[in-house]
Amino acid sequence: METRDFHIIAETGIHARPATLLVQAASKFNADVKLTYKDKSVNLKSIMGVMSLGVGQNADVTVSADGDDEKEAIEALADTMKKEGLSD
Amino acid sequence: MAKQLKGIAASDGVAIAKAYMLVDPDLSFDKKTIDNPDAEIKRLHDALDASKAELELIKSKAAKSLGEEEAEVFEAHITILSDPELIGNIEDKIKNDSVNAEQALKDVTDGFIETFEAMTDNQYMQERAGDIRDVTKRVLSHLLGVKLPNPALIDSEVVIVAHDLTPSDTAQLDRKYVKGFITDIGGRTSHSAIMSRTLEIPAIVGSEKATTDIEAGDTVIIDGMHGLALVNPDADEVAKYEKMEKDFLAQKAEWEKLRDEKTLSKDGVHFDLAANIGTPDDIKGVVDNGAEAVGLFRSEFLYMDASELPSEDDQFEAYKKVVEGMKGKQVVVRTMDIGGDKQLPYLPLPEEMNPFLGYRAIRISLDRTDLFRTQLRALLRASAYGKLAIMFPMIATVAEFKKAKAIYEDEKQKMVKAGTKIGDGIQVGMMMEIPAAAMIADKLAKYVDFFSIGTNDLIQYSFAADRGNEKVSYLYQPYNPSLLRLIKNTIDASHKEGKWTGMCGEMAGDQTAVPILMGLGLDEFSMSATSVLKTRSLMKRLDTKEMKKLAEKAVTEAETNDDVIKLVNDAIK
Repeated sequence: METRDFHIIAETGIHARPATLLVQAASKFNADVKLTYKDKSVNLKSIMGVMSLGVGQNADVTVSADGDDEKEAIEALADTMKKEGLSD
Repeated sequence: MAKQLKGIAASDGVAIAKAYMLVDPDLSFDKKTIDNPDAEIKRLHDALDASKAELELIKSKAAKSLGEEEAEVFEAHITILSDPELIGNIEDKIKNDSVNAEQALKDVTDGFIETFEAMTDNQYMQERAGDIRDVTKRVLSHLLGVKLPNPALIDSEVVIVAHDLTPSDTAQLDRKYVKGFITDIGGRTSHSAIMSRTLEIPAIVGSEKATTDIEAGDTVIIDGMHGLALVNPDADEVAKYEKMEKDFLAQKAEWEKLRDEKTLSKDGVHFDLAANIGTPDDIKGVVDNGAEAVGLFRSEFLYMDASELPSEDDQFEAYKKVVEGMKGKQVVVRTMDIGGDKQLPYLPLPEEMNPFLGYRAIRISLDRTDLFRTQLRALLRASAYGKLAIMFPMIATVAEFKKAKAIYEDEKQKMVKAGTKIGDGIQVGMMMEIPAAAMIADKLAKYVDFFSIGTNDLIQYSFAADRGNEKVSYLYQPYNPSLLRLIKNTIDASHKEGKWTGMCGEMAGDQTAVPILMGLGLDEFSMSATSVLKTRSLMKRLDTKEMKKLAEKAVTEAETNDDVIKLVNDAIK
């Protein structure tokens, strides 16, 4: 299993467009991908799950991936986080 | 003669086009027990696929006609329909509970909607509940084999006919094709009406029966000035309204030219033309219509749109947004005017025989000083960001004003001591809306910085006639000399003390009242933003010396409301 921590800097948190793009990125991989915030984990391939976390600015979240392409999944998600200005 | 429908005039202009029925089909269904879950799951997936295909089409159409940003909502809808948690939960429900796909879909999405709506601290998530509702409707329509209207796919000129228009409906409307609309419900301040004025689309709301009396494809004329719709008009009627539309557009273009001009009478006397607003978002309309100030910011929306008392910080943010948006032009905020016809779920007030004569506005503020002080602190903090003035509603006596002002001074001193930054020269005034106060305007004028006449209440209290009661609506007489005398008394008293008087009721933008009010020396006229240019154009044509004579006649010689109307019509013809 691969994990990585992110500090959310985007003013509106993980909302709308970035949430959709994260879900779309995660859905491309076989690995189980999870997003954890405040001890609650959701399926990162589920838009409803991601939105229900209500991740705001300055939140610390963890992304974990478990499966044959877990490394690539984490890299791709880190990429999206950066590109969308969600995290550094 | 065409069939006519009467409603509330929501937005000026004339539209003639085919009706487009934005009406939801019947999506009701029965809960059924099923014995072949696999077949039911296949039905679900077929409906999901059909919905996604439809959304892809709408998305590409919307991206072209409305812009990428508006199209994103449909991308979000598609992502929801591909959600493994959502679909997994519905499939489980079908298998475990042996229910039909419709019921399983409803149960699961209701759960999500409830979760999102419960996030009261997060407006964004609350709005997403609407998205889930929208996609659920779409999938349900495919399960039931009925067709949903898709306003985003409209590609010819139409008049929209709907029971009501929600924000998500309006986001899909292409301004290029939507010429006007008419709804069954709503009033002048409902979302649909406000939106129509923002988009400058002629509209009628509250027609009660638009969706039943109009059919798809009927030709409809919308007369937004008079709140009148004609269904399947004849050639003469079409010609008449085409001319009305042309005149309206020419007139509007003429008014547009006055946007950046000062408001001057024919003889060069300056008057302040201001706008009334209800929320910070209304500032755009104020600026677009060239108003010189905000003469009334009703702070009630902060209380009415909330599920609990608004905090000092929330109020501060709203006031700050408005004073900053006005860039140094004055903003007059009226403190809480709750009670009467405005009730709050979280601040239960005892039921009264005569709520308009009861516990409301400043009477609540002086009793619940905790609420009042919170609001005053938020206002004082916001004053550092622009030019802010404060006024108290429903002041009847000198003692009430003094008491309210003392509380204000107390909070102000505390904040100055604590080093909080506040603005210079904050004016503190009162609404003039109770006849008893108007009679002692000379006494009150010593203590206030300004008066703002609230004509709706002043008329209803002067004539002892409930403004909501149709049986006594003939007593709504804004030009009656009795009322004009109260107004004159107020203006004269303020000027004697070197103070000023504004007016923030409907009457300030009334084209018959404006000439008289100019003659009486009213300093500030505050009205709906959309009336500002029309009024500026009128004032430009009027000479204050002549209006003074007119006002004198209206106050001393006229006996009735009609006498005054005649005087004005003769004078400004």
